[in-house]
Amino acid sequence: MGDAVTDANGAMEQAPAGLAPSPEPFGMFRDVEKRFALGDGSHLKAIEKLSLTLEKGQLISLLGPSGCGKTTFLRIVAGLERASSGEVRIEGKSVSEPHPDFAFVFQQPNLMPWRTVLENILFPLEIRREKTPQGVARARELVELVGLAGFEDRYPSELSGGMQQRVALCRALVHDAKLLLMDEPFGALDELKRMEMHDLLLSIRARTGVTVLFVTHSISEAIYLSDTVAVFSRRPATIRDLIQIALPYPRQSEQRYGAEFTRYEHEASRLLGIVR
Amino acid sequence: MTSGAYYRSVFPFIGLCVIVAVWQAYTELFTVSSVVLPSPSDIFLASVENFGTLMRHTWPTLVECVLGFALAIAIGIPIAVALSSSTLLNLTLYPILIAMQSVPKVAVAPIILVWFGLGIESKLAIAFLVAFFPIVVDTATGLNATPKGLLELAKSLRATRWQIFYKVQFPSALPFVFAGAKVAVTLTVIGAVIGEFVGSSEGLGNLLLTANSQLNGPLAWAALIWLSVLGMALFGVVALVERLSMPWAKDSGGH
Repeated sequence: MGDAVTDANGAMEQAPAGLAPSPEPFGMFRDVEKRFALGDGSHLKAIEKLSLTLEKGQLISLLGPSGCGKTTFLRIVAGLERASSGEVRIEGKSVSEPHPDFAFVFQQPNLMPWRTVLENILFPLEIRREKTPQGVARARELVELVGLAGFEDRYPSELSGGMQQRVALCRALVHDAKLLLMDEPFGALDELKRMEMHDLLLSIRARTGVTVLFVTHSISEAIYLSDTVAVFSRRPATIRDLIQIALPYPRQSEQRYGAEFTRYEHEASRLLGIVR
Repeated sequence: MTSGAYYRSVFPFIGLCVIVAVWQAYTELFTVSSVVLPSPSDIFLASVENFGTLMRHTWPTLVECVLGFALAIAIGIPIAVALSSSTLLNLTLYPILIAMQSVPKVAVAPIILVWFGLGIESKLAIAFLVAFFPIVVDTATGLNATPKGLLELAKSLRATRWQIFYKVQFPSALPFVFAGAKVAVTLTVIGAVIGEFVGSSEGLGNLLLTANSQLNGPLAWAALIWLSVLGMALFGVVALVERLSMPWAKDSGGH
């Protein structure tokens, strides 16, 4: 179901120009299932027959009600959990453990209180033993890009929640990840901060061409950010349908109030079962 | 903040002055024998007159405390690391540690004296024994309390077990380590004095015992006060090291 829709419309006009369709898409997820063993010997089915393709440079939002299993799916793609059955492939390779070219952005900033802003951003490079002068320079560039210049040597406790999440975003980008996996990263922020972060994420994506899977339960967030919104069902999670968002990039906040945006919101709400 | 710090030092000082004044008045009004309860001024005079003696006896006690504490850190932290990294070791060792802790150290002191003799070794052993437990327990608790999100982050970056330990778990356990160390360092003073009580020729505990047997109340009390000053000073040093090694937590202290 999912594949057909992606191929049929939308994706082509949003995908970065000059990309010839490869034999296998960047990310391919087919019939992914996840069952959790419960204490009494029975199983809880979290994900059922979930299929999705992800083209290079795409930004797909996974939109669904809280607790539906979309985060579990993201964690499977990240290699933090394993699917019970089905195929999870990125660049033709099956994902079974965290991949060095992926970056995960959590709902909480997850900064280390004992490290300064810059040291937190450099953490992935230290783990990969790639902390070079170029890496440090890149980290400083990112700090500037997210508007935190001058805060490099501050500790996380001295920053607001929004600033902390900006640092977490820098940390995810410092090692040139090919795939950004974001799990409701702006969920803890107030609405104004969240809208700022949307534009920041989109500008970073425009600069780097990074591919993004973005988990959210906010309809407007999903529509504003994505070229494709994958609407999830209730548990066990599967994809109800894909909505191709034809709003042109670079997106601007005015678009949030247009008729087209409202139409997408209505369609998503209908798929979520909120309205008829 | 500054006015808070001001009040935190002024009020205890006022309290201390009131207690000393009442104490002084009581001993003078009721002409209490200095063997039973010397007046603060007698204790102060005894401290001044016997300054050399007190200093001479402070040194060995200080050395016993510091070395006993260092030993407790050097042995306690690796044991805590082992406990938190292996379920098997945890299951095996933890009950034994608890059992050891519930043995009264005062009761063990004579045995330790038999093992290690009258020298510094027996005092070190007792100081170590009392300081060891809080360091192990607090460090192990801290190592097990690493925020789950940080562990996930490390996992998503494919950090090795060693990297997770020294870049994530240990720094995040530091506040716990210092909490244990602050308790432990004051306990070493108790340990050292127990050791000196049981058998010694020097140290503030020894001086206290000698002065007491000679019915020299003021000197015994002077030794007692020096002991508590020693304990506070050691606590202060550990608290200072804590502040210096955890600059990110500079606002959270205050005790």
